[in-house]
Amino acid sequence: MTPILRKLLLTVLGWIVALVIAFPVIWMVLTSFKSETEAISRVPHLFAHLSLTNYVAVQERAKYLHFAWNSVIVSFGSTLLALLLAIPAAYAMAFLPTPRTRGTLLWMLSTKMMPSVGVLVPVYLLFRDAGLLDTRVGLVLVDALGILPVVVWMLYTFFKEVPREVLEAGRMDGAGPLREVYNLLLPLSMPGIVSTSLLAVILTWNEAFWSLTLTTSKAAPLTAFIASFSSPEGLFYAKLSAASTMAIAPILVLGWAGQRQLVRGLTFGAVK
Amino acid sequence: MTTAQANTAEALGLQQRSSSPRARLLTLPAVVLLLLWSVLPLIVTLWFSFRRYNLMNPGHTGFDGLGNYRYLFSDPGLGMAVWNTVLLLGSVLVITIGVGTLIALLLDQEFYGRGFARVLMLAPFFVMPTVSALLWKNMMMHPDNGFLAFLMRSVGLKPIDWFAVAPLTSIIIIVSWEWLPFAVLTLLTAIQSLDAERKEAARMDGAGPIAMFRYIIWPHLGRAVAATTMIETIFILGIFAEIYVTSSGGPGFASTNLSFLIYRYVLMEYDIGGAAVAGLLAIVLANVLAFFLLRSFARNLDT
Repeated sequence: MTPILRKLLLTVLGWIVALVIAFPVIWMVLTSFKSETEAISRVPHLFAHLSLTNYVAVQERAKYLHFAWNSVIVSFGSTLLALLLAIPAAYAMAFLPTPRTRGTLLWMLSTKMMPSVGVLVPVYLLFRDAGLLDTRVGLVLVDALGILPVVVWMLYTFFKEVPREVLEAGRMDGAGPLREVYNLLLPLSMPGIVSTSLLAVILTWNEAFWSLTLTTSKAAPLTAFIASFSSPEGLFYAKLSAASTMAIAPILVLGWAGQRQLVRGLTFGAVK
Repeated sequence: MTTAQANTAEALGLQQRSSSPRARLLTLPAVVLLLLWSVLPLIVTLWFSFRRYNLMNPGHTGFDGLGNYRYLFSDPGLGMAVWNTVLLLGSVLVITIGVGTLIALLLDQEFYGRGFARVLMLAPFFVMPTVSALLWKNMMMHPDNGFLAFLMRSVGLKPIDWFAVAPLTSIIIIVSWEWLPFAVLTLLTAIQSLDAERKEAARMDGAGPIAMFRYIIWPHLGRAVAATTMIETIFILGIFAEIYVTSSGGPGFASTNLSFLIYRYVLMEYDIGGAAVAGLLAIVLANVLAFFLLRSFARNLDT
């Protein structure tokens, strides 16, 4: 087989595989522009007369923006809170390690192994008694704790790549620990912090367990809003598609932008 | 373990410095919160597991001994739920790592538009679980107007009513689709970190593609497979939304996993005691798995 033929065959194969995997998403985006009757037709039209009616309807009837705003607040809020807690911890673990550091890191990871349902009963009762059910503050807290181990781990692997000498030089020049972190460490590891935040935003944006169990309407983010389409009376495929497309679009863009760091972040630095 | 830690500390050029109180202070907030988050609920869950407590009947509470345990272990749903949880996890791991390896090998080859194909393939991973589940249920697997039904009709077959005939299989398909991109990307990253010289040397020695995979590539993938297994286990043990919006765990308990069983107890039957026992069981199951997975993962780490 000539190299060029081989390459052509691989191209065809590669593209077929990619399109098959992405097909449901592509199909959903196309459906979002169809009318409801076209959307449920037994012989699918690839391109019907496309219109934006569904997008308008989703906002007007279902207050899409209310849920989108909750998603923004919850994902950015919990990411920020997790960063605030994780930066000092990761700094200490990377630059002032003790014999127990490794154990602490693995223990943090093990808390992530605990399924959320295992703690549903106490969290639900606590939220009920504290008046946190269906509030954004409550969801921010829970989501921040949920991603904290991942954020600590990621920051730790990035901080470890900052040469110690730079920080020590700063210390010689009389920089206090706060200045050391603020003026030296943070700027030096900014790319790492950005990709950590990106992953945290993606994970919390898509978090569904707590949003489905702890919120009903006031604080419900998009994951819960989309779930409301599962009731039979809400089954309008074209509108469901429009709402879903809007719900995943920002994260799809962020995810594609950050894909290079994704593997590293999600495997806790084990695969680079 | 202590020697290993000492070695690591030595390798990092650390001396036991007086800075350790400061280090502890900086880690304190994160550690304390995670401790509260993981240990406190466990204690509360343990407490409720011995008590009679139904939210619909809040006056009627009290110590119930092993009542909840007896009730739960006689619930026919429990065995099903544990089995479904394990089956879901095992199937998704085998599918994503198996198929993922093949696709990663494909993406390792040069072809036109490879970068874009890879980006396209990544899409399912970023789709929120409620969206992917509803998308598959209504637009792919629906027996009348789903795309799969259309495909089957056009080749003269009778469409399958996926969620009625094979509810757990349907959920396995959806979850595998969600996690395939992650497996592909991790395995691909590992394959590409294999240095070209070793591959070239093997090729010079006359290694065919199969020998090449068996002796050069596969051994190199160990760490990526361990990491993928661990991360997928973390997320798949807790699968909830996909079941919630599609089958609601049914028909019967056919697609109920432990997560969904506990949800049924708490928010559908308001039985806190029963839910607490099931929660404990979920934690025990997760910890048994975590013990083995974390051990093999830690061995692969270069911290």
